[in-house]
Amino acid sequence: MNRKMTRLALAASLATMAFGAHAQKAEVIHWWTSGGESAAVQELANAYKAAGGTWVDNAVAGGEQARSAAVNRIVGGNPSTAAQFNTSQQFHDVIKNGLLNNVDEVAKKNNWDKMLPAPILNAIRINGHYYAVPVNIHMPAWFWYSKAAFAKAGITAEPKTPDEFFATLDKLKAAGVTPVAFGGQPWQEKIVFDALLAHIGGSELYMKVYKDRDQKAIQSEAFKNVMNSFKKLKAYTDPGAPNRNWNDATAMVISGKAGVQIMGDWAKGEFQAAKQTAGKEFGCFPGFGPKSPYILAGDVFVFPKTNNAEAIKAQQLLAATFTAPATQVAFNNKKGSIPIRTDVDAKAMDLCAQTGLTVMKDSSRHLPNPEALVSPDVNGAMQDVITKFWNTNQSTDDAVKAMSVAIKG
Amino acid sequence: MHRRPRWLRHWVVYLALLPMAATVLFAYVGTVGWSVRVSMSSSRMLPIPDFIGLAQYEKLFNSERWMLSLHNVVLFGVVFIVACLVLGFLLAVFIDQQVRAEGVLRTVFLYPYAMSFVATGLVWQWVLNPELGLQASIRRLGFSDFTFDWIVSQDMVMYAIALAAVWQASGLVMALMLAGLRGIDTSLWNAARIDGIPRWRYYLSIVLPMLGPSFGTAIVLLSVSVVKVYDVVVAMTQGGPGLASEVPGKFIMDNLFQRANLGLASAASTVLLITVLALVMPLRYARWRAARQAPAGH
Repeated sequence: MNRKMTRLALAASLATMAFGAHAQKAEVIHWWTSGGESAAVQELANAYKAAGGTWVDNAVAGGEQARSAAVNRIVGGNPSTAAQFNTSQQFHDVIKNGLLNNVDEVAKKNNWDKMLPAPILNAIRINGHYYAVPVNIHMPAWFWYSKAAFAKAGITAEPKTPDEFFATLDKLKAAGVTPVAFGGQPWQEKIVFDALLAHIGGSELYMKVYKDRDQKAIQSEAFKNVMNSFKKLKAYTDPGAPNRNWNDATAMVISGKAGVQIMGDWAKGEFQAAKQTAGKEFGCFPGFGPKSPYILAGDVFVFPKTNNAEAIKAQQLLAATFTAPATQVAFNNKKGSIPIRTDVDAKAMDLCAQTGLTVMKDSSRHLPNPEALVSPDVNGAMQDVITKFWNTNQSTDDAVKAMSVAIKG
Repeated sequence: MHRRPRWLRHWVVYLALLPMAATVLFAYVGTVGWSVRVSMSSSRMLPIPDFIGLAQYEKLFNSERWMLSLHNVVLFGVVFIVACLVLGFLLAVFIDQQVRAEGVLRTVFLYPYAMSFVATGLVWQWVLNPELGLQASIRRLGFSDFTFDWIVSQDMVMYAIALAAVWQASGLVMALMLAGLRGIDTSLWNAARIDGIPRWRYYLSIVLPMLGPSFGTAIVLLSVSVVKVYDVVVAMTQGGPGLASEVPGKFIMDNLFQRANLGLASAASTVLLITVLALVMPLRYARWRAARQAPAGH
């Protein structure tokens, strides 16, 4: 046996020792089934395999279905190794019932407290324990615009204030373009409302409403102004907006039929599929002006309770590989989101993702997403209020009253 | 001759029914009981075995969205059932006129019923979309004032959904009616013809009353689909615009999965169950009385 062979054998045996006698089998439930999404989750799987684990893929179409499949298996006593949830309170009930394992060891070793932005950290660290591993950051309140439509309307610069934004919409309207590509479904209406609450109402009002559930903030003129601005947008949408899917709305921006869409960064996938490049055919800005808040949403994986030592090792290996810088870049480039950490190589990312990463470095701009601050139930009740306000002739005062009831839960 | 007791003669039958009885007991009665139990707990994402009385029901009936969904399902039910019965009956009468290619027509009319609404709902969504579908096409033909925007209108959207649902289910009613029509003795028609009774009168006064059982079956089947109406709404409007086409089925599913609100969803299901029982019980009672009064030995 020559020396090279010996070294190889030694390395191999060391590797097996490090990862236990068997390759750690991890069954992962997730809902990433579309083309781009499954390419992205493949990156996670590859990283896990490279670290010596065995990946058992369990893709369930649809977020709700995947989450209920995961919860059913947990309750039924046959949990998967890991399961996907959103960066929100969706999994807090499961924690309260003591059905999740924590990954404190990995978190301490990799210094998550320093590495992760506070809104993400607060969503996964409950009573001092780390119950989930974040894998990406989605910003649900980006503004996407068609450069062709802007040129047609003679608009040269991105709006820097709410007033400039409405002036831009007026110009688009005058030029015969649908100013706002709007998807009239309750969840999309809520996204637009939250964007205006953050960008017009400001971070402070946003946190008072969602975190403190401050009744005074909801009764304030500033909040009413946000409601009125939201309703004002309706005049800039087309008659086909009700019930429209988000990607059909994005298609209107892609074709230049509409000017602006307010939507999460997953819309970028549609532009890419239409062979458009950020900065060339379409533009993106995360809010008005250089200090605009940046709402942090995204996906996490949680680790159902088990006493099986092998499974626990697999869970910890998953947590460590998912957060490694190289995995983060490879995964997020395909997913369209941005990494959970800023110490990564941004060269391979597109313009919008680079903008996002730059914003991420300024922690004063960070805002948690609404679902990380209120329960799914309260969030749903608020969504009902907003969709009613948008779709009927309800007065602002009545909507504000309904909102103050909804937020009590 | 000595007769064995009745239960002994039938023991094989009872044995064969045992799996069915067990299924009914555990899978139906058991889960219903479980739902009722959960509806009186504060369960959110996971079932919790505490007891909070009727608080979930109170919350439910204070919910504007639930009340709206009840209102919508009643409106939808009336429009849908009446339209299906009228249309289905007329189609059956039409086919019964010894038309050529009856088989082809029958298949064409029944075809929508075989299709999933998840697929066809999307098509209906496009057809009714004012920017893409019917309204836009007719406007392009020169009728620039033509308006058909039910699906985006707060007041009309339930009619738009009923329209698509009628399109799907009237073929089924036609098949049931046609079977009923074929069961009517042709000598009746001959007798009516000799008496000089016009055709419309023959159908109205003789055929229609004789189709009672067919109508009964059709109404039961249609009522069931009214109570569980869900897929057509999700496929066409997802409950929108706003909350305008909300239905109880969707309310339950949303609270069950999206909003992690097991208790409230179970309360809503229980209310739905009680409603169905309230509707079905009188019907069962009427049938039972009719059966008792019918001459024995038939």
